[in-house]
Amino acid sequence: MEIRKLFQRTEFFLALIIVVIGIGFTLLNPRFATLSNLMDLIKSYSFLGILSVGVLVVLLSGGIDISFTAIAQVAEYVSVSWLVAYGGNLGTAFLIACCTGTLLGIFNGLLIHFIRIPPIITTIGTLNLYYGVLYVITQGRLIYQVPEFYRALSGATLPGNFPVLGVLWIGMVILTAWILKYTVLGRSIFALGGSQIGAIRVGFDIFKTRLFVYAFMGFISGFAAVIHTALVQSVIPNSIVGRELDVIAAVVLGGANIMGGSGSLLGTSLGVALLAMLGNGLTLIGMSSYWNNVMVGLVLLVGVTTSAIQRNLQTRRHVTSLHT
Amino acid sequence: MTDDPHQNRSEYLLQLEHVSKSYGGLRALSDVSLGIRYAEIHCLVGQNGSGKSTLIKIVSGVEHADSGELRFDNKPLHALHAADSIRRGIQVIYQDPSLFPNLTVAENVVISETLAKRAQHINWRKLHQRAKEVTEKIQLKIDLDAPVRALSFAQQQLVAICRALSNDVRLLIMDEPTTALTRREVEILLDVVRGLQSKGISILFVSHKLNEVFEIAQRFTVLRDSRWIGTYERNELTLPKLVTLMTGQEVATEPFRNPVEGKSALLEVLHLSRANEFEDISFVLREGEVLGLTGLLGSGRTELALALFGLTKPDQGEILIHGRPAQIGSAQAAIRLGLGYVPEDRLRQGLVIGQSIGANIILSTCSQLLNRFGLIDTIRRTREIQKSIKALGIKVSDPDLAIETLSGGNQQKTVIARWLATKPKVLILDSPTVGIDVGAKRSVHQLIHELALAGVGIILITDEIDEALNNCTRVLLMRNGRIIADLDSSQQDEMSVQARLEAA
Repeated sequence: MEIRKLFQRTEFFLALIIVVIGIGFTLLNPRFATLSNLMDLIKSYSFLGILSVGVLVVLLSGGIDISFTAIAQVAEYVSVSWLVAYGGNLGTAFLIACCTGTLLGIFNGLLIHFIRIPPIITTIGTLNLYYGVLYVITQGRLIYQVPEFYRALSGATLPGNFPVLGVLWIGMVILTAWILKYTVLGRSIFALGGSQIGAIRVGFDIFKTRLFVYAFMGFISGFAAVIHTALVQSVIPNSIVGRELDVIAAVVLGGANIMGGSGSLLGTSLGVALLAMLGNGLTLIGMSSYWNNVMVGLVLLVGVTTSAIQRNLQTRRHVTSLHT
Repeated sequence: MTDDPHQNRSEYLLQLEHVSKSYGGLRALSDVSLGIRYAEIHCLVGQNGSGKSTLIKIVSGVEHADSGELRFDNKPLHALHAADSIRRGIQVIYQDPSLFPNLTVAENVVISETLAKRAQHINWRKLHQRAKEVTEKIQLKIDLDAPVRALSFAQQQLVAICRALSNDVRLLIMDEPTTALTRREVEILLDVVRGLQSKGISILFVSHKLNEVFEIAQRFTVLRDSRWIGTYERNELTLPKLVTLMTGQEVATEPFRNPVEGKSALLEVLHLSRANEFEDISFVLREGEVLGLTGLLGSGRTELALALFGLTKPDQGEILIHGRPAQIGSAQAAIRLGLGYVPEDRLRQGLVIGQSIGANIILSTCSQLLNRFGLIDTIRRTREIQKSIKALGIKVSDPDLAIETLSGGNQQKTVIARWLATKPKVLILDSPTVGIDVGAKRSVHQLIHELALAGVGIILITDEIDEALNNCTRVLLMRNGRIIADLDSSQQDEMSVQARLEAA
């Protein structure tokens, strides 16, 4: 019984696909399976990985946020500008970036809750607003000189060469997992995503839940912005916006229901891992980077179709059992 | 009439005295007094709009009375929010159980208790333990780890009861809990309710299914036109008397019979089968005949209707219309052949929510209302809509209002009106009176009789045996996808038919 349940899980299929694709790439280029390549992958995908955690939380609540890349962009520019002008350490960087992100996230949450515009429309609006204001004020100027500690953060490793950026990613996953599983606030996110009217009748404060969800997405965007600066070592005002759909794709690939209420952090992380492997593996076997988009698109379609078919089969099984 | 709620105060758990409530000048409750005793099953009956739901809302703290007094357990009840009533031990189970489909049974059961305690953290081991205790209270055997999504509607209803019980409940209000349940599931639910009563919990039961409430309630309170008509002991009442009290009119209980011997066959079904749904179905429907089709949920009756209307494709067998073999490949083809189908779930499948009442009526006949430019002729459109509304007696102030503003019974009539506009020869009605009150039910039945007299052949799918026997000349019984009996309804009684349906 337990084994059958395991086979029905999206996470199991994802892991299986990852293993199969991993073996395929290794056969074509043995460098793929080296430890140093793996560590590199973890480091460079820690940015998208951390963002995916926030997106999962928003999807679980039955909402969606498109604007998080613009939030990260603004948080990055604000924090680095501050550091360049007034100085500070890594702690200052996280503090300023996370506060900026949280504020913009709260603004999203207030709009969505009080004006009752569907979140997809609201956040497309705020994406353009945040990004637009950033461009108007900065005139698109790049910042080439970032404080030295960003380089140190990017290069830091634990014993065994495990990148510290990867540790931050894992830390964020664990923190979020704890919130989702062991706090009433976390359960209210699932409840809201499962049935809004039910959540109200049972006595949840859905304003609080919703505000938390979008503020948390903002917080995570700010946090990820610091990682991004560490990875890129400069601030380019258009380097993050445009990647929102990649992140949402990874989360959906990881089995999260776009209508809300179900999804897991394990699945989300596996979704990111699969996209990371595809990008990296295709480069290693010498295919042009244009193919990356094609492959991501195909994997997403196949993944989503498979889970849809699975769901239909389960429903049919249920209906048939009514007759017996 | 047994009692005056002003005497013997200590006898009552809940007392309402001279409670009134208006919404913007419209009286919803006017001077209603009633008492619910400790550990009694009390049934609240009345037609739609009689004030039942307002009363429930006031007791549960969702609305506030304009005047009058509420007492609970001999202390005044001033509920400002739902949470206040819940804390005093009043729980409501709504018609739609509003559970969380994505969460497990255990979490659904315990969630409201967790919230009432204002807890911040979840201890999953304790949560499980508690869910187990609560489900054992009503001897519910259920997989606590299953997501609620995977449960049947009846099981969900029981989980909702468990959720109510997880709090310290003294009065359980059940608003139409049995509407979507099959007969056997209703039995289980009623057993659970009796079990709760034996534990000292009072139950206020609201239902349109009068034969059910007759089985279970000790006392009845009747509301009509937002007024208290009376509170009666079970043995003071008979079913027809109760209906009379609710509607204020005497009821004709004469069953409808339209002789069809010698009339020509409209629809002939020969050995129709579809894998996993129904098998070897054969019957004839004659002009002016009302043919009943009944069976438990999952017996294949709705699936058969879908196939007849071309929404699914049968694997084997033949359908003849006016004696000619017909290929019904789609709903459009079915309409062209003179078939009409009113689905069971009228909200989801039968009506276009958000559109006006008028637009819903002419939906399937738009193409007949075109002028020579190919546009809809608005004058003819209005005339057609007015004609339908008048013919069916739909109560509507303005056909441009959204369809949701109508009551259940009037919505059902609107769906039927749409099909009548296509001038069907055969009309399939799937559970047309589910969830509508006695008065509306009677007028839907009357409509069926008029159509039959006008020569339309009607297939009436229903759960309620008495509805089938009182309206249909013949009744087909389905079980496990097969027709197990073809009964002449004048020679049957409800009990024996029920027994045949449920025989394993």
